[in-house]
Amino acid sequence: MDAIVKRKKIGLKQRYQTMTRDLAWQTSYQDMDKVFPYDKYEGIVVHDWDEWEDPFRLTMEAYWKYQGQKEKKLYAVIDAFAQNNGQLGISDARYVNALKLFIQGVTPLEYCAHRGFAHVGRHFTGAGARVAAQMQSIDELRHYQTETHALSHYNKHFNGMHESNYWFDRVWYLSVPKSFFEDAMSGGPFEFLVAISFSFEYVLTNLLFVPFMSGAAHNGDMSTVTFGFSAQSDESRHMTLGIECIKFLLEQDPANVPIVQRWIDKWFWRGYRLLTLVAMMQDYMLPKRVMSWKEAWEMYAESSGAALFKDLERYGIREPKGWKDACEGKDHISHQAWNTFYTYNAAAAFHTWVPNEEEMEWLSEKYPETFDRYYRPRLEYYDQQHKEGERFYNKTLPMLCQVCQIPMFFTEPNDPTSICYRESDYRDDKYHFCSDHCKEIFDNEPEKYIQAWMPVHQIHQGNCFPEGTDPTVDGFDPLAAVLEYYRINVGSDNFDFADSEDRRNFMEWRGGEEPEVSP
Amino acid sequence: MSVCSLKPYAIEPKDSRDKFPAPLLFIGWEHHHMFCAPVCIPVPGQTIFRTFTDEILQEIYGAHPEFTSIDWKAVTWLKSGKVFTPRFDFSLAENGLGHKDVIRFKTPGLNGIKGSNS
Amino acid sequence: MSNVFIAFQANEESRPIVDAIIVDNPEAVVVYSPGLVKIDAPNRIVINRETIEEEVGREYDLQEIHLNLVTLSGNIDEDDDQLTLSWNH
Repeated sequence: MDAIVKRKKIGLKQRYQTMTRDLAWQTSYQDMDKVFPYDKYEGIVVHDWDEWEDPFRLTMEAYWKYQGQKEKKLYAVIDAFAQNNGQLGISDARYVNALKLFIQGVTPLEYCAHRGFAHVGRHFTGAGARVAAQMQSIDELRHYQTETHALSHYNKHFNGMHESNYWFDRVWYLSVPKSFFEDAMSGGPFEFLVAISFSFEYVLTNLLFVPFMSGAAHNGDMSTVTFGFSAQSDESRHMTLGIECIKFLLEQDPANVPIVQRWIDKWFWRGYRLLTLVAMMQDYMLPKRVMSWKEAWEMYAESSGAALFKDLERYGIREPKGWKDACEGKDHISHQAWNTFYTYNAAAAFHTWVPNEEEMEWLSEKYPETFDRYYRPRLEYYDQQHKEGERFYNKTLPMLCQVCQIPMFFTEPNDPTSICYRESDYRDDKYHFCSDHCKEIFDNEPEKYIQAWMPVHQIHQGNCFPEGTDPTVDGFDPLAAVLEYYRINVGSDNFDFADSEDRRNFMEWRGGEEPEVSP
Repeated sequence: MSVCSLKPYAIEPKDSRDKFPAPLLFIGWEHHHMFCAPVCIPVPGQTIFRTFTDEILQEIYGAHPEFTSIDWKAVTWLKSGKVFTPRFDFSLAENGLGHKDVIRFKTPGLNGIKGSNS
Repeated sequence: MSNVFIAFQANEESRPIVDAIIVDNPEAVVVYSPGLVKIDAPNRIVINRETIEEEVGREYDLQEIHLNLVTLSGNIDEDDDQLTLSWNH
């Protein structure tokens, strides 16, 4: 801790006002609308920026001081973890695949958030909003760095983590988080706040954070747990920004209500779809399980969300359009997603496996209506095939939803036997969607989504081969060429956990014992 | 509004027909979720439909234990969700299939691994 | 009347803050769960710097709570001497 805190010359409220709002001014050499060209085009009306209530009154000086203290604590733990070979304390080497999913698909989003908040932190006319966004931008850069550091030690000992930044921009399943955030970043500043601060950092945040952090705690991962604790108070600031921004927009002018409602509909759905990856992680990738996705959804979405949207009714806001379908999906999406990665594991940079019998019992218990009926039979079949030396790998590229970019494995609400197909025609071409809600997002702004870089389509256009590749030569193997372009190491990053170097290594490090929870 | 933007800008769709070696076709085998999602492949429009089922679908779906039991005469088809009756001796193009069309086939009596739609 | 709450990481640094809250808010209820201490109270919670200083035995800057804060609810009023959470409506 720092030495004696000096007695302040002016009070906190005055200090905060002086060092933030009072640094702003009405421009006279240039028109305010020229200096702040982005904050009217979305149709949002703000009458009085002074109504914006700063959730916390942190000056930059206080911010640096306390963030710096948090860093010192965190990095001391990360060092100790590395020095003491903390990776040997995890439950089972399968757990590391949850971390691979995290560094590949979540950590880059922190960087996107950093850039997004830096952008809006310049473009709001209101100084209070700018300050909050600027601090969040630095928080998010911090999270990108601290996550990378917390997980870097695992990269020394396990495959599937070595090119996460490169993969994020190219690999098929990572276009799901990438397109999510780029959709937000390419929207206006108000949409960005509703998308990220409100829908993601307030409504859905626990569904990302708690599964990974409690998963880490239950599986002996001190490094990730410590990162989680260190980020928690940053997240409390983000949550308060989220709820403040929504109230501010809704209170400023009734014209804002339908615009905000449309964004809430869109971003709840896009966030929900993104969380499919977390659902799968929670139900299938934690050797020591915490709670099921279904339980997490009921706790953090259905209970909390219901109360929140009840509270927002007074502004004329209703629950998001996709709410019921999202609730219906809680019994299915984790199983459907795992099935996808299991069968496409030749092309993914982490391992998959069939759950063991004890794990299948847990899944039966947590999903009494759906697991045994729809999902266990195929997993048992896959296990049988693997034992016979015929482990199934799907070699044909999947159809993707034009909006969420997830393979079209989602089923019709209330009919898990049928894939859900939706489509729209636009300017002589067809576009396809996984759901009514992705279709509606497209139909509201088609010219945004017809520009999407869809990994499967890009592969078929020949844009995902190493430079100089000739696809017309005899014996050309497109999958091998794509994996080379992806810089996925065939035989070490991909394929089943049972056949992996990770598994062999971990067994050896633990002194040759069979891991507690064997495949 | 076709996109919310500061000013109009010219937009080129990323996936128009000219960018691919052949038209894209999306294909789904109903109730067989061992194939987790429909597939996406470029298929030349001159491909005869019978060749499409005998060779191309065989390559995509042949690993499934029920594939060889398919009675193609009993199979029903949908195109964009509407009943579609392909003529097996004509090409995909002559059957009205173009770029980014989606077709689904159902194999009556075959309900996936242990009848679980897998 | 709704509850406000505040939650901290359960560690040695947050202990004097929690103790101070209990002293100044007789209706507060404290619940411990793994890694977390959560305090609920009807309508308002007041955190006084001076009370924390008595608990911790040194000068204390109220913004130090940011080091261990996890989440909170209610509208915030904050100055150098106190932080209050309350509901206006």
